[in-house]
Amino acid sequence: MLAEFGHFALILALLVAVVQATLPLIGAWRGQAAWQGMARPAAFTQFFLVALSFAALTACFVDNDFSVLYVAQHSNSLLPTVYRVAAVWGGHEGSLLLWVLMLALWTAAVAAFSFSLPQAMVARVVGVLGWVSVGFLTFILSLSNPFERLLPAAADGRDLNPLLQDPGLVIHPPMLYMGYVGFSVAFAFAIAALMAGRLDAAWARWSRPWTVVAWLFMTFGIGLGSWWAYYELGWGGWWFWDPVENASLMPWLVGTALIHSLMASDKRGNFKAWTVLLSISAFSLSLLGTFLVRSGVLTSVHAFASDPKRGVFILMFLALVVGFSLTLYAWRMPKVRMGQAVSLFSRETLLLANSVLLVVACAAVLLGTIYPLVIDALNLGKLSVGPQYFNAVFVPLMVPLLVIMVPGTVVRWRESNWGELLLRLRWVALAAVGVGLAAPALAGAWSLGAAFGFSLAAWVVLGSLQHIVLRWRQPGHIGAAYWGMQCAHIGMAVVVAGITGVKSFEVERDVRMGVGDVVTIAPYAFRLQGMGEVKGPNYRAVRADVEVLKNGQPIERLYPEKRRYFSTAMPMTEAAIDSGFMRDLYVSLGDPIDGPTPQWSMRVYYKPFVPWIWAGVLLMVLGGVLAAVDRRYRAANPRTERLPAAVAPEGAA
Amino acid sequence: MTARQRRLMWVAVGVLVLAAAAGFVLNAFQSNLVFFFTPTQVAQGEAPQGRVFRIGGLVKAGSLQRQDMQVQFVVTDTARDIAVTYSGLLPDLFKEGKGVVAQGRLGPDGVFTASEVLAKHDENYMPPEAQHALDKATAGQTAQTVKP
Repeated sequence: MLAEFGHFALILALLVAVVQATLPLIGAWRGQAAWQGMARPAAFTQFFLVALSFAALTACFVDNDFSVLYVAQHSNSLLPTVYRVAAVWGGHEGSLLLWVLMLALWTAAVAAFSFSLPQAMVARVVGVLGWVSVGFLTFILSLSNPFERLLPAAADGRDLNPLLQDPGLVIHPPMLYMGYVGFSVAFAFAIAALMAGRLDAAWARWSRPWTVVAWLFMTFGIGLGSWWAYYELGWGGWWFWDPVENASLMPWLVGTALIHSLMASDKRGNFKAWTVLLSISAFSLSLLGTFLVRSGVLTSVHAFASDPKRGVFILMFLALVVGFSLTLYAWRMPKVRMGQAVSLFSRETLLLANSVLLVVACAAVLLGTIYPLVIDALNLGKLSVGPQYFNAVFVPLMVPLLVIMVPGTVVRWRESNWGELLLRLRWVALAAVGVGLAAPALAGAWSLGAAFGFSLAAWVVLGSLQHIVLRWRQPGHIGAAYWGMQCAHIGMAVVVAGITGVKSFEVERDVRMGVGDVVTIAPYAFRLQGMGEVKGPNYRAVRADVEVLKNGQPIERLYPEKRRYFSTAMPMTEAAIDSGFMRDLYVSLGDPIDGPTPQWSMRVYYKPFVPWIWAGVLLMVLGGVLAAVDRRYRAANPRTERLPAAVAPEGAA
Repeated sequence: MTARQRRLMWVAVGVLVLAAAAGFVLNAFQSNLVFFFTPTQVAQGEAPQGRVFRIGGLVKAGSLQRQDMQVQFVVTDTARDIAVTYSGLLPDLFKEGKGVVAQGRLGPDGVFTASEVLAKHDENYMPPEAQHALDKATAGQTAQTVKP
């Protein structure tokens, strides 16, 4: 019954989405307030219906209703309840339902928190989001219905992939989807502004907080995914340049460019055309990411053997979105007044450089991700692009980005001069180089790469701190957005320091160990104390007991496991990690090796600076939160309320 | 220099920088493409010596041998076999009789030294490259049986 109820709610949601996608837009076109007024109730109703449907599916999982095909494929009666809930988005159908739920949530949020916006604008934004919703709901109902029955019912489910039975994976997809789908709001604002023929500073200001929120979820989601890969895949890597990771990195890169470009559009009225293009691109890349990850063209833990019609549908949808947006752009953009001229050396130029670098990085990642797929689709052979390509291209592009991060926050809009900047930043630059030269020596092994990486990180951190001190001394209120920017920039620097540290100083040992054996990675020693068996709720595991000593003193016990799940008999390595401020100690258990005395292959890793990567990501997320809650964006601020009226004539022209 | 000349100069500098960047990207791209070969193709000498490439197929039953941390096994597409050596821990889902993809170099002795053995994430999952190798081998065999 519950499954049919959920299915029915979803059909109703599609009908409401059709209303939401048409009436408000017609109302905005013809200037009818009543039809425009349909936007908010439609958005709320749709959210309610999709949430009901999602709750029904969740209930099917919690109740172990194996007469629902999707539940039978992705759950098991032995699965702990929290993972049964997470299993809702553990497969293709449910993850798309989560996508639509997120979309409905974003739409409802736009409808609820947009009282400072003119009604016609709300109607257009909600209407555009309605079209996206129509597309995805049609897709779910026609090709990937999670409520399909399995008759007769299965006795037990096939179980969730053991790799996904992990707390990191419970929250990673919802966070990442909040980000992916969040860019649809920036997209809807851009399309709505194009429809209205009104690309003014007010549009950029409305779009900014939403884009920042989408960005911070995306950042958090990518960070969680990386963290999960690090501790769950059992070999200590945190970024593989896997197409699935690239699929989320691409919209993030363009989204990062977008939040910077929006700032120039908001504050100076510049780069409007560019900002609109970035908004369209960020959302298109989100759709492309969904296509890549969920269609089965890529094989990974995210892809599910699926029907090719699904991939074709998402691709068609993507083509429609891009085609429609670019047509509208070409039609409307020439009417928009361009921004003021700026001098070559100004904040605008640096922001433009930021955009160009990020977009080029994204294009390079796109090339490396798509090329093997295209070659395969054309039947020209099978190949893959090695991680060396991505490193070779990505790193040189990030270096200038970090270099301009500091002057970018210092130089003035419109016009600035070199002398002043050099005078102000010379000590920062000198100190940064000093830190860069000294840090690797302190960490143990000096290398040029490490010195360079740490210099860049120190440059950003010291530059930000200097800026904060100088700003602090000046009179006047410092807004939350300012703190957000500095926090996110410092976060980026911390990530860079973390990556530099782990790449330069990590020690990896694949060894064979029997009970009593010791492996040394100075100053740490790892002694295998014993082997045992443990039993979990739905698995049995062999567990090693490893004592960690530092300079001969025991400091920690680690228990890496090799699990075997009952339902699938699939083995899984569960690494044990001891995290400190400066380093991780990482032990994972391999296979038993035959011999006179029992031995096991083991990975023993010393991973310095890894916690910095996660700390940096959290700082960036915090920066996003601070930037999004700035009072400037809220209706309470009279300036924001006055703005739409004040700039209306300019837009109408 | 007039303003117009200066602008032109900047445009030229921009174009040069972009061209250099594009050249650099494409060069890095070109040298990091990893091609895939089936065991049959490797046995017929189609695979390059000294360049990294991938092979895929099934791990031949009974071929897995361990010596200290050194592992040896045979990858087959049912038509031809390739001996592979690898040093390190094998992925969880590595099993005799199951599909596998390995990346590495071919030595002059015809032994493939793998630097990476690719793990996939599901026990029922067959790497598409491995499937492709099997399909090609099967197609080749049927073609041979049909011909005479």
